[in-house]
Amino acid sequence: MSGMSLVDALRALHAVRRPDDVVISAMGAAREWMALGTQRLDWVFVPSSMGQATSLGLGLALAQPERRVIVLNGDGGMLMNLGSLVTLSAYAPPNLVVLLLDNGVYEITGAQPTPSAPAGRVAGDRIDFATLARASGLTSVFSFDTLDGWRHGLESVLTATGPVFAVLEVAPVPQAKGPRSPGPAPGRARRFMAALSQRGG
Amino acid sequence: MFSGEQIAGLLERCGITDVVTVPDSTIGQWETAIEQSGIRLIRVCREGEAWAVAAGLYLGGRRPLVMIQCTGLFESGDALRNVLHDWKLPIPSIIGYRSYLNQDTLPGDTCLSFTEPILRAWAMDYKLITAPEQFAELAEHLQGYATAAAPRAVLLAEGKA
Repeated sequence: MSGMSLVDALRALHAVRRPDDVVISAMGAAREWMALGTQRLDWVFVPSSMGQATSLGLGLALAQPERRVIVLNGDGGMLMNLGSLVTLSAYAPPNLVVLLLDNGVYEITGAQPTPSAPAGRVAGDRIDFATLARASGLTSVFSFDTLDGWRHGLESVLTATGPVFAVLEVAPVPQAKGPRSPGPAPGRARRFMAALSQRGG
Repeated sequence: MFSGEQIAGLLERCGITDVVTVPDSTIGQWETAIEQSGIRLIRVCREGEAWAVAAGLYLGGRRPLVMIQCTGLFESGDALRNVLHDWKLPIPSIIGYRSYLNQDTLPGDTCLSFTEPILRAWAMDYKLITAPEQFAELAEHLQGYATAAAPRAVLLAEGKA
């Protein structure tokens, strides 16, 4: 599967995210986002329950309507919780942005194909997550398959009325490892909540 | 067994701000009263979602409760493990206990075999409520959720699927 570099795609976002944005990262995106450098309002969803990043983001966006909440999700995780797309559109928080980093594989378990990727399907076709999102009731939907396209479209994605859903076709990272937890989870939860409780923090 | 107004009033006294739910034929009857109380009701597509949405709400400063049937408890094990035990977020729950009061609809319902062992396996501090006279017990159990040593759940006996 072709696609832009995951690191470059995240680097472009990292450069323009606001300090008061909440960024939720899961799985491979969490690994790379940590390497780029996290801030107080970044929720590294490790350990996670795979598939739940979009739902966690929905809860945060509803609880903190004055903040922009950006979810970095993978295609494997998205497939585990497709119903969450319908829940997102049902509650439609305008401050929620979901970026789906679609590499077509379960990267950290050895790059086995997902059931949505051509290599994982008898017919060899490919599931279009953007179409799934629109059919689930989301209207601010974007797709990018090149880094230049993503860089040019990034501002539009971040300023569109949410909930926003953007699919980025990314290349798998060879021999990728899973994200390592950056520390005991309960303490991180307390610090995250304290940061969220500060105005503009 | 309990009216929606009874439950909504109790949730208000407990400081609950949001109820994240997938309905069944018992707990689903409380939805109107809960919404009319001013508590936000959030309907999700599957119970695993409920725990994660509740986690996001809690982290953002709200005080959510998860309300699902025991079948949804079975479905949502990994999500509750992550939220309640990895992150240790004190999110209480009300869980409908299908077929406990009668098995007319589903004779031999295996929910009776698995619900309580699974609650124990997930280290949930649960209170089984089987009669209307136990409302005070239900209230006491729920009210202490925020400082309890283990995640608190009310297991509510139901009579039909």
